[in-house]
Amino acid sequence: MNAAASPVDGVPAVAAIVLSLLVAVWALIATLRHRAPDRIQLIGLGVLELALLALAVLAGVALAGGDQPGEPGAFFGYLVTLVCLPPLAGVLARMEPTRWGSSIVCAICLVTPVVVVRLQQTWEVLGG
Amino acid sequence: MAEARTEQPVRTNTGPGRLLIAVYLIFAIAATSRATLQIVTRLDEAPLAYLLSALAAVVYIVAAVGLARAGHAGRRVALACCAVELVGVVGVGAFSLVRPDLFPDETVWSGFGSGYGYIPLLLPVLGLAWLYRTR
Repeated sequence: MNAAASPVDGVPAVAAIVLSLLVAVWALIATLRHRAPDRIQLIGLGVLELALLALAVLAGVALAGGDQPGEPGAFFGYLVTLVCLPPLAGVLARMEPTRWGSSIVCAICLVTPVVVVRLQQTWEVLGG
Repeated sequence: MAEARTEQPVRTNTGPGRLLIAVYLIFAIAATSRATLQIVTRLDEAPLAYLLSALAAVVYIVAAVGLARAGHAGRRVALACCAVELVGVVGVGAFSLVRPDLFPDETVWSGFGSGYGYIPLLLPVLGLAWLYRTR
């Protein structure tokens, strides 16, 4: 079980989680300061998306190599959702150029790490 | 920049409302995918829990659409959805404590939404507060 390392546990996953939380904090500060989403938030979302795509590629490579997620249905559901979150945040942030746009970025960047962790859990078989 | 014009009646789909819609959207996605997966793969294990997940999913989607469309009809739809959600999360939450045997698997609303950081409990309250403030 532990021999074949999970493809979604490595550096990209940690990077995505840390980055997401950083963007969330930055967006929260912007919200509290009544600032609309700034360039840093949008760039942060872009870099976050790259990290998540890297995660998806790693998962794809592992699948091509014959590995299987513990719960395939849930795993792919989370993976697709995950990759869609930063673009969703970006679009909504552009639609709402007020402090509430920043609050949307903050909310979605708080959800993203949770989805990454759920993704990791669904790769591993729930062996009790 | 400046957004000081408040003479117009506030619409439900701008400002804080947009944040609310975003969170509703996320929950709509979460509940829909969860319910779909559960119903397709193992409906016989916990039919009540999984059908409630599906109901929650529909309610979240309709609430998000209602808030997003603003207007009178949208408000009424959103109001109904928030009410159903509040009843659902409190009812299912209480029921899952009293009769855990009926819920062998979790729903979005089990334990008052504890599996989702109690946001399912918070969401309808915020929704109702937002509808009240923009009436």
